[in-house]
This record gives sequence, C-alpha cells and structure tokens, in this order.
Amino acid sequence: MRHLHSFSRTAVLLALTAVGSVAVPQIASSETVLRIGMTAADIPRTLGQPDQGFEGNRFTGLTMYDGLTMWDLSSATKASVVIPGLATEWKVEDADKTKWIFKLRPGVTFHDGTPFNADAVVWNVDKVLNKEAVQFDASQVGVTASRMPTLVSAKKIDDMTVELTAKEPDSFLPINLTNLFIVSPSKWQALYEKAEGADAKARSQAAWAAFAKDAAGTGPWKMAKFTPRERLELVKNDNYWDKARVPKTDRMVLLPMPEANARTAALLSGQVDWIEAPAPDAVKEITARGFKIEKNEQPHVWPWQFSRIEGSPWNDIRVRRAANLCIDREGLRDGLLAGLMVPATGTFEPGHPWRGNPSFQIKYDLPAAQKLMKEAGFGPDKKLSVKVQTSASGSGQMLPLPMNEYLQQALAECYFDVKLDVIEWNTLFTNWRRGVKDPSANGSNATNVTYAAMDPFFALVRFLQSSMAPPVSNNWGYINNPKFDELVKKARTSFDAAERDKALAELNAASIDDAAFLYVAHDVGPRAMSPKVKGFVQPKSWFVDFSPVSMAP
Amino acid sequence: MLVYIARRIVYVIPIVLSVALVCFLLVHITPGDPLVAVLPADASQELAAQLRAAYGFDRPLPVQFGLWLWKALHGDLGTSIATGRPVLSEVLRAVGNTVTLAIAAAIIGFSLGLMFGLLAGYFRDSWIDKVSTSIAIAGVSVPHYWLGMVLVIIFSVQLNWLPAVGAGPGGSGQWGWDWAHLKYLVLPAITTSVIPMGIVTRTVRALTGDILSQDFVEALRAKGLRETQVFRHVLKNAAPTALAVMGLQLGYMLGGSILIETVFSWPGSGLLLNSAIFQRDLPLLQGTILVLALFFVFLNLVVDIAQAAIDPRIKRA
Repeated sequence: MRHLHSFSRTAVLLALTAVGSVAVPQIASSETVLRIGMTAADIPRTLGQPDQGFEGNRFTGLTMYDGLTMWDLSSATKASVVIPGLATEWKVEDADKTKWIFKLRPGVTFHDGTPFNADAVVWNVDKVLNKEAVQFDASQVGVTASRMPTLVSAKKIDDMTVELTAKEPDSFLPINLTNLFIVSPSKWQALYEKAEGADAKARSQAAWAAFAKDAAGTGPWKMAKFTPRERLELVKNDNYWDKARVPKTDRMVLLPMPEANARTAALLSGQVDWIEAPAPDAVKEITARGFKIEKNEQPHVWPWQFSRIEGSPWNDIRVRRAANLCIDREGLRDGLLAGLMVPATGTFEPGHPWRGNPSFQIKYDLPAAQKLMKEAGFGPDKKLSVKVQTSASGSGQMLPLPMNEYLQQALAECYFDVKLDVIEWNTLFTNWRRGVKDPSANGSNATNVTYAAMDPFFALVRFLQSSMAPPVSNNWGYINNPKFDELVKKARTSFDAAERDKALAELNAASIDDAAFLYVAHDVGPRAMSPKVKGFVQPKSWFVDFSPVSMAP
Repeated sequence: MLVYIARRIVYVIPIVLSVALVCFLLVHITPGDPLVAVLPADASQELAAQLRAAYGFDRPLPVQFGLWLWKALHGDLGTSIATGRPVLSEVLRAVGNTVTLAIAAAIIGFSLGLMFGLLAGYFRDSWIDKVSTSIAIAGVSVPHYWLGMVLVIIFSVQLNWLPAVGAGPGGSGQWGWDWAHLKYLVLPAITTSVIPMGIVTRTVRALTGDILSQDFVEALRAKGLRETQVFRHVLKNAAPTALAVMGLQLGYMLGGSILIETVFSWPGSGLLLNSAIFQRDLPLLQGTILVLALFFVFLNLVVDIAQAAIDPRIKRA
C-alpha cells in the first residue's frame, strides 16, 4: 500500500512537471516573435534565388532581399503592381529599345554593412547569366533566368546607374526583374576567399553553400539562425532603407510543415502563430477557436488548357464556350472548397488593369451551355468524349482530383463525357512542356496545370503566342491565333506603362472571348493566424509584406 | 565464428552493389524531368540543355551510374539539386534524427511487446492473453499516421501537453536530453512504436507458448527450479527469434517512416525522402535510398552474427 502511495505521488509529480513545463509561460522576453508554419517540406533556398516556387520567394526571397523593382503589397483591395525597389526609376532608350537605364537607390547598405551600387547589380546579373563569372551558379539559373527570359546582360554606367540589355524589345522586363534578388557580392567574395575546392568552380559552389548559411541582402529581415530542413530565424533590419517598412516584429521563425493537418494542429496548440494553407475541412474548427483566416484573390488560375491541334474536340468555339458556361463555380467554392477560392472568369478579374472588356461573359448558365452544345451537334444521346490530364496533388493545384470530379459531373449535364488521366504532379508538369502532340499526353485533349498570373509573360504570352508552342514554352495545345500574336507583339513593344497595360487588357479580353481555356478558379492563398497577429494586410498577390505585422502580448 | 563472419561479410558485397544499381535505375526510370526543382516548365530549351549538361544528365545512363558509384565509394553522394547542399551531410543529419526516433520507439515498442508477449504466452487463453493479443492486433492494424493525428488532437490540441510538430524548441541541431527536448519525441515515438510492439507481442507470445509446451520445461520444473529460473530458460530459448524480429523491426524504423515523420514534421530520413520524391531531387533520392539500404543490410548482418553467437546451431548450418 505504501508502495502504491509512493508510486501515485511520483506519477502525480511527473504529470505536474510535464504539464507545468508546457503550461507555465517561460520568463517573459521583450523580444516579439512571429512563428510561421510553411507548406514547404524544407526551408526554401536562402542564397538569394529561392526554390519552391513563389512560396520560396515569399519567405526567403522578399524577406532578406530586394529586387531592382518590387511588388506593392500594401493594399488588400487594389491589384498588386510593380513599384521602385533598389532602382528608383528606369526607362528604355529611345534609340535602342533593347537597352534600359536603371537609376539606383542611394544610401542602401547590405546586411554586412557594404554599400549597394551598380557593381552589385552587374555582379548579381552575372551570377545567373554570365557563365564565365566566378560567381555563376547553375543551380540558381533555372529559377531566375526563366523568369526574366529576355535579359542578356548588365553594364555599369556609374556608381548609381546601370544599363540592362534585353535580347529583343520587351516592355515586361521591369516586371520580370522582381524575380532577381540582389545579394551582397562582398559577403560572397569573403566566403569565396575562405572556400576550399579543387578548382574555381568547386570553390564557388562552396562559397554559395556557405553564403546560404550566412546570407546578406538589403531586405527588411536579416538571417539570424538557420537549421536546414527545420527552421530559419530572421531578425528585423533596423537599418532598412524604407523606414516605413522596418519590421514591427523583432524575430520571425519559419518552420517547414508539409502536412496540412500537422500545420493546423501546430496552430491550434499554440506552437506557431500563423500557418499557410490550412486544410479546407479544418477552417470551421480554426475560426471556432478564435483564430483568423486571411484570404484574398490571388493572381493564380486553375484551368483546363485545351488542345487545338487538328481533330481536337475543343477546336469548336461553341464547345469551349459551353464548357465555360456549364460550371457552377459558386457551388464549387461554397461546397467542396469551403469558400477557399474565387470563381475564375478569365486570367484576370474585373478591377485588374489587364482585365479588358470581353464580350463573352463567363458564368454559370446551363441552358445557354446546352444550347451551344446542341448547335455543335451534341446532346443527351450523343456525348462529346474529352480527356484531361491532371495530378493527384501539386503546388498550386488546390484539390485537383475532387475538383476535376466536380467538373466531370457538371460537364456531363452539357453532354460531355469526361475521362480523367491522373498522373504524378512532377510528371504532369514535365508533360506540360512537351505538349499535346507528345506521347506523354496519353490521348488527352486538355491538361490541368495551374499557373501564376503575376507577370504578363507567364499569365498570357507563353500560352497564347503561337511561337510559344512546345518545345519553346507552355503553349501546350498549340494555340495559333494571329490576333493573339499581334496583341502580344503590341504589348511587348508598348513602353509606356499605360499603353502596355491597355494592350495586355486587349489580349486578355481576346482570350476570354475565344474561351481559350476552361477558366475555373483562382486560389485565395488562405492562411490562418492567431488573434495575437496584428496589422497584417493580405494583398492580391502570392506574396505578403511581413513588415507591418506586430505581435500582441 | 570468424570464418562465419567473414563469409557473411562477403555475401553483403553483391547485395550492396545490386542495391546501388537498383536504386539508381529506379529513380532514373520514373517519368518526369530530374531538373524540375531548378528548371521551371517555362524555361527555354537552351537553358534546359545548359542545366542538363551542368548536372551531368546529358550523359548516357551507364556513364552516369559509373560516375555516381565511383564517387559514392569515395564517400561523395553528390549535391542536392534542390538545395545545393552535399547529399551525404543531408542524409547523415536526417538519419541521426531518425535514429533518435527509432531508438526511443524501439525502447517503447520492444519493452511493451516483450511484456505483452510473455504475459500472453504464460497465461494462454486467459483474459490477460486476450487483452494482450487485442493490443497487438490493434498495434499492427491501426494506420499509424492516423494514430499520430489522433494523439496530436488529444495531447497537443485539446490538452496542450505536448508539441504537435518539430524536433525540439530550437530544432534538432540543438538537441538535449532534457524534458524541453524529449517532449517533442514522445508522440512520434509512441506512434512509431505501435507496429513493432504488435509484431514483437505476437512473436514472443507464440514462442513462449511453444517453449512452455516442450519437455525440457517440464523437466526443469520437476527438478524443482523456481519459476524465475524456468523463465530465464524460456527467455534464452526465445531470444534468437525474438532478436531477429526486433532487428528487422529496428531496421524498418531506422529507414524512417515517411508518413509519421511528415505528420510530426520530424526532420528524419522519411521526411527527407518525401521531400526528395516531391522535388524529384535525384541525387538526394539516390543517396538517401542507398544509405538506408546499406543501413538495413548491415543491421541484418549484425543480427545474423548476434544470432549465431547466441545459437551455435545457426553457425553450423
């Protein structure tokens, strides 16, 4: 009995110790900390050009680094537009439209205290475009050069001026440059001097690996502690050049949490203050416990991209329009996706400078859709067989399988017989580049790969311009429409921003009128956060500004 | 004994080479672009060709395999495409975390498995046997990622006693053997332990029942040995098989569980594999699989040798 007593007492003491260690707050610190659970399975690369798509840019790009141009992330209602960053102004040369002059921002210093100047810009362009440069890094080329496809080189004019050269006249270049993050050449050089390796290339790689652990940019956040695959701690940069954007939180801790339920549990148990992409079925539970869900329409499109080669069932515009009118997008939003989407009526929605005035209005209109299909020769006794290639998961794909099954049922009411060809995400992504004529399409006449629509090239040009057909770019279905080609050319060569936007709006409107894609949804970038998180603005962007975020005690 | 050990080591060499070849071929025959992590789908053909050459993917497969194997034999598993970090250091860090988790899970799983197995074996067909067997069946039947989530909901979300995810307050890089760190290990370790616990319970139960029905046990009891002494003999006879089963289970656990490590964001080899698969990071995938396969092969070797040391009949066979 005495043994039992002592056992019980020990058990109670142990239990109290365990509970106490969790429940008792640690000694209060004056430092404010924001802890974020990311969807990534690893910390995106920290060396300046992040991997893992735009989540990488969001967390390890825009935090520690700046570009010559950057996105305005201050408004939740207006479309996010490009504003000056490390460059204060830029213009294309009148005599040669491939040459751009960028005036640089004076008085900016890197986190290591060295000054930002034209040499730094040239050095950073060379890191991804000049194979002869010692700092050239193949691993950074793909995610950078592909996002600024026309940039060729940079040349110093004076300490605060650079000349950038494009391979052809391209008014999109300033927008593309939001993807080039400027790192400290001095910091890298110091690491290169210390690096070991058989040759210059090996030393360069070693220097980049060392730089990734001890990075220096000009951004509002500085690297403080980095444990690969586990956590990245950033601290505020008090000397940031834009005083209005000096972070209001002292420290930000980024934690990879690839599993949605794990992220949700971490938030609900107070282990983190903010999670990206909560599981849709957990939204009610999250809000019921007093946490906030922040979301906004993102420049993201969940489409079906049609085959337009000879014999494709999608070559008939009545069929393409019927499919677009046959989907109850509001039903999809309110049911399957628990409100976490915005119905897509084109690549850009009303209010966006690149929307335009399409005459064809994409909406749910079942009678009109059925009428169009009957006109095209189909009906209840004569279904049109179509096949779409999709994935079971994937970056930006939202809930691809259930969503496609929803479309399958919806389109059946408009006399479509939809077959799904479900493959692994990376394979689908690779096939996207190969196009519908490649055997990898497996007889599909549509593909379901989501895309980011922040930049005109990625939102419109690579899909609609005939010369972008495989293997050049992502015109998977071989769209060949002279009107699109003409409008692309017009947009690319309109160097006045307003003129360029007008041309892009025309192009977008033309693509909607042509029902170029089956436009289904825009993601809303949902994130859930503790009520302690204050001051956050969710812009209409893939990116967010962490600077105004503060933590209530 | 030394001849036996030498023979077993020689047998391992073709197995290791076969494993290397299979893991190389497996990751290369899967569809999709090996550079998907660093080469967006909209990259130009020139850029794609340039990167393929930079990473050596433009060479014939036999050449790629030869180079990879040669470097691997020299301790260089290449560089991760996605992170640019050396694969070996990535794998070793992850394996270290998985070993921590596996050891904790093994202690829990084997202790409980042994206890339940012996109880069930000794008290055949009693309620003790039924309870122990039910626990064992539940252990091997319940999807462990689901159990992990249930444990998280109860102990993290509802009771707020234990962390839901992670490997310590400062990450595994600052691991310490105190409660502040160990509490991160509790839920993933319990979740990982249920399958070995179930398997060990069933194995030990069957062994114990079988040994107890043998004549020598009756003889020992007839000699007047105390039950604790008889128990020691039973344990000694059950040990080789139980050890083999435990070794195999430890091998599985050392391989890391993609599901458990993903559910708990535990930065072990399972989570590393998950990341490598989703990013199609071939060097990382090849390196991780190879290291884990070698682990498994050598663990089997150690178990075989240990078994032979305990039971001389194996050595003679």
